[in-house]
Amino acid sequence: MKRFFVGFAVVSLLLAGVVAYFADSDPDGLDHVTEQHGIAEHAQDHPLAGWPLADYALGGDDRFTGLAGVLGVVLTLAVAGGLFWLLRKRPGAAAKPDAG
Amino acid sequence: MHMSDGLLNAPTSLLFVAVAVAGVGVALAKARGDLDDRTAPMAGLVAAFVFATQMLNFPVLPGVSGHLLGGALAAILVGPWVGALCVTIVLVVQSLFFADGGITALGANVTNMALVGTAVGYLTAVALRRLATRGKGGLAAVAFVSALVNTVLASFGFVLEYAIGGQGGVAFGTVAAAVLGVHVLIGIGEGVITAVTVTAVAAARPDLVHLLRGVPQKLELRA
Repeated sequence: MKRFFVGFAVVSLLLAGVVAYFADSDPDGLDHVTEQHGIAEHAQDHPLAGWPLADYALGGDDRFTGLAGVLGVVLTLAVAGGLFWLLRKRPGAAAKPDAG
Repeated sequence: MHMSDGLLNAPTSLLFVAVAVAGVGVALAKARGDLDDRTAPMAGLVAAFVFATQMLNFPVLPGVSGHLLGGALAAILVGPWVGALCVTIVLVVQSLFFADGGITALGANVTNMALVGTAVGYLTAVALRRLATRGKGGLAAVAFVSALVNTVLASFGFVLEYAIGGQGGVAFGTVAAAVLGVHVLIGIGEGVITAVTVTAVAAARPDLVHLLRGVPQKLELRA
């Protein structure tokens, strides 16, 4: 069981840390449509556009996309894993009326 | 498929913040029933996988790419409530740490990808559940179709939001045709990624596939 979880985590780290360099940098479907029809002219800059990790780079340098991706995977795992671990049903907890 | 700030007017953005808060609230209340010592770490890993896979834009047309949204994938693996939370967390991390997807647009983005996408992906998978339990090919087919429906209807969420309060005054039919057309293509990519992922998990750990709960584990999914 542990082996599967470790393997799953490694796959995600490799996708974000290595395979991400091969991602298509063209606009995605929604960005393409909003650009084609002049909707994107109304888009505002992201308030955090100057933040070091903006656009999955490090200070605007996309040679570090893999590092940004790994940080994102770790952060997502920490936030999601932490939340789900706190929310989970604990064995025997249901039997105690004052549990939780 | 992340909207920037400013594409929707302020009242519409706020309306969908309210929709997202309500939907995520329901998911938070219901998720507990699907989380235990075994599925909680799995759910965290599914969120991390969706984050990683959303970085992997693939080409769909010259000059146009697409990426996985992940709602159907998460719902098949960890259930609809936990799945919606997985995608929500990914969208929040992307917006707040990677400037990907606007802040005021977060409500609409969560509504489309985490709520609509996950819900329709899961409902499709449940409707086809009998096929999914018949072996690897059936499971792959169900994952593919669920993911395709998830992508197309999530993109239709944008079309509706734009119709309610979008900037620029482009006609409903024009936006609908353009957005839905390209998202059918993106949905095929999402379907392939989802089918490969779900069948790989089912081959290794069928007990960790929410859609297959209650199916006898001796089922030959490796075939």
